[in-house]
Amino acid sequence: MNQGHPVIAVTHVRRAFGTKEVLKDISLQVEQAETFGILGPSGSGKTTLVKLLTGIDEVTSGQVEVLGAQMPKLSMLQQIGYMAQSDALYTELSAKENLEFFASLYGLRGGNRTRRIADVMEVVNLQEHLRKRVDQYSGGMKRRLSLAIALLHEPPLLILDEPTVGIDPVLRKSIWKELRTLNGNGTTIVLTTHVMDEAEKCDRLAMIRDGQLLAVDTPADLLRNTGAASMEEAFLYYGGARR
Amino acid sequence: MRVRAITLRILQQFIHDKRTMALMFIAPLLVLSLMSLVFNGDAYEPKIGVSGGAVPFTRALEAQNATVIAYKSADLGTAALQESELDALITLNGTTPEVMLEGSNPTANRAVMLALTAATRNLQSAGGEGQVQPQISYLYGAEDMKTIDRFGPIMIGVFVFFFVFLIAGVSFLRERTTGTLERLLSTPLKRWEIVLGYVCGFGIFTVFQALLISWFSIQVLGIMMAGSFGYVLLLTLLLSMSALTLGTLLSAYAANELQMIQFIPLIIVPQIFLSGLFPMDTLPLWLQRVGLATPIYYGSEALMNIMIRGKGWSAIALDVYALIGFSLLFMLLNVLALRKHRKM
Repeated sequence: MNQGHPVIAVTHVRRAFGTKEVLKDISLQVEQAETFGILGPSGSGKTTLVKLLTGIDEVTSGQVEVLGAQMPKLSMLQQIGYMAQSDALYTELSAKENLEFFASLYGLRGGNRTRRIADVMEVVNLQEHLRKRVDQYSGGMKRRLSLAIALLHEPPLLILDEPTVGIDPVLRKSIWKELRTLNGNGTTIVLTTHVMDEAEKCDRLAMIRDGQLLAVDTPADLLRNTGAASMEEAFLYYGGARR
Repeated sequence: MRVRAITLRILQQFIHDKRTMALMFIAPLLVLSLMSLVFNGDAYEPKIGVSGGAVPFTRALEAQNATVIAYKSADLGTAALQESELDALITLNGTTPEVMLEGSNPTANRAVMLALTAATRNLQSAGGEGQVQPQISYLYGAEDMKTIDRFGPIMIGVFVFFFVFLIAGVSFLRERTTGTLERLLSTPLKRWEIVLGYVCGFGIFTVFQALLISWFSIQVLGIMMAGSFGYVLLLTLLLSMSALTLGTLLSAYAANELQMIQFIPLIIVPQIFLSGLFPMDTLPLWLQRVGLATPIYYGSEALMNIMIRGKGWSAIALDVYALIGFSLLFMLLNVLALRKHRKM
């Protein structure tokens, strides 16, 4: 997986809100074209870490580098496709209008924009619902539309916060297949999850609890090193070992 | 028991939402204090100018609590009247007093007429002269000017401001609560682009709103209109702009729609009281100064100048600049307020 410069380099990052320390001395690297999972229970600091990676939030100390540039940096946002935990869609607009709006924000226009919209809607299997208003979408459909929007501008780095919540197993499988294809094309993917079996599908995994990085390794190595039978056990092992 | 559970929950919610609680108790006090200041103000004391042979009226008018200013010539007095520094000007044509009322404010008109009638009666009974019937004329407005004609321009300003403020504020607030603001800020969009985008998007709607409201007030409701329709449109639009930019700015300090509505007694109601709807002269000076810091004050002053007094650009230029200034200031502050969500 080591192909030169890391896509993301997080070094000794601390993030505190007032006196509450949400992230404590996190260091990790994400290599190109891998799917990097951030696994942790809710409230562990996953979303805060993701916001630092996307440049929406700033570190209290330490530094975050994305594609060689120190974050936060406005021009880097063009290189990142972000899917937030909340669906963040304009529900009174149609899917097409939502897609067109976000595509324009990323500078896509004309035929290229139309083509990309068709492409991403096919990826998430929503092409028949393009003209439907988003408030008529189910929870899973909204999730997929959010993902489609993140893919619009073909970013080299995708950051997905809990991408498969509320999506049924069949569709989840097809989304994973698509993420794999994106990996194959050189796209780096960072995603957060609290679902253990999904974590196993990542190339490498960071386990976070209470703002602390417990371990970073491939799922197989995490299992081997802890002698655990499942990812859940491995997580508990690291969590317990820290105490 | 279940009723008790709901009762308890509501109390808990109030205790957690300190702002709503504070508003329930404090906002009525604030509005009531303002009302008492406005309505309990001293009776309106008319400002009357006298010139030439009318100077003998001075003492008799002053006895009626009017402020009397003597002018060397009728022209100087007329100029002061045109600037609305006076409520009326009395000149003497032969032995007949000619009274020209400023006319735009029915309250002031009545106060002048009251003082004048009492003064002439006193003069006549003291001097024992024959009947002198003063000749009354109006500089602006007319004898049959109705209350709506006076309040119309102000109410146009107030309602335009009120609705645009709320709608723009709530819409920007939704952007935050639904997470779309965060989503926008994860794109290469610059903060000022969001603010300007809002101004343009809503701006287009407010153009139509301004057109419709101005047309309806003048053509359908028949509110007095002495000046240019174009200026009315311009002022209505600029007032909308200031409401739009203030609404989006303040939505940053509201957690939900309810808290946005709570800005009404704090932001809108005081502006109405200080807009010129009630005579400002009877208010304490510090309160008049506060009025100078509110967009509606400038909007309604200019609208009155256009619609009642039929004045042109030179009379409203300052108000126009003030409203543009307010809008730019609010936009700038909003760009800064968005730093709370993304530093760059």
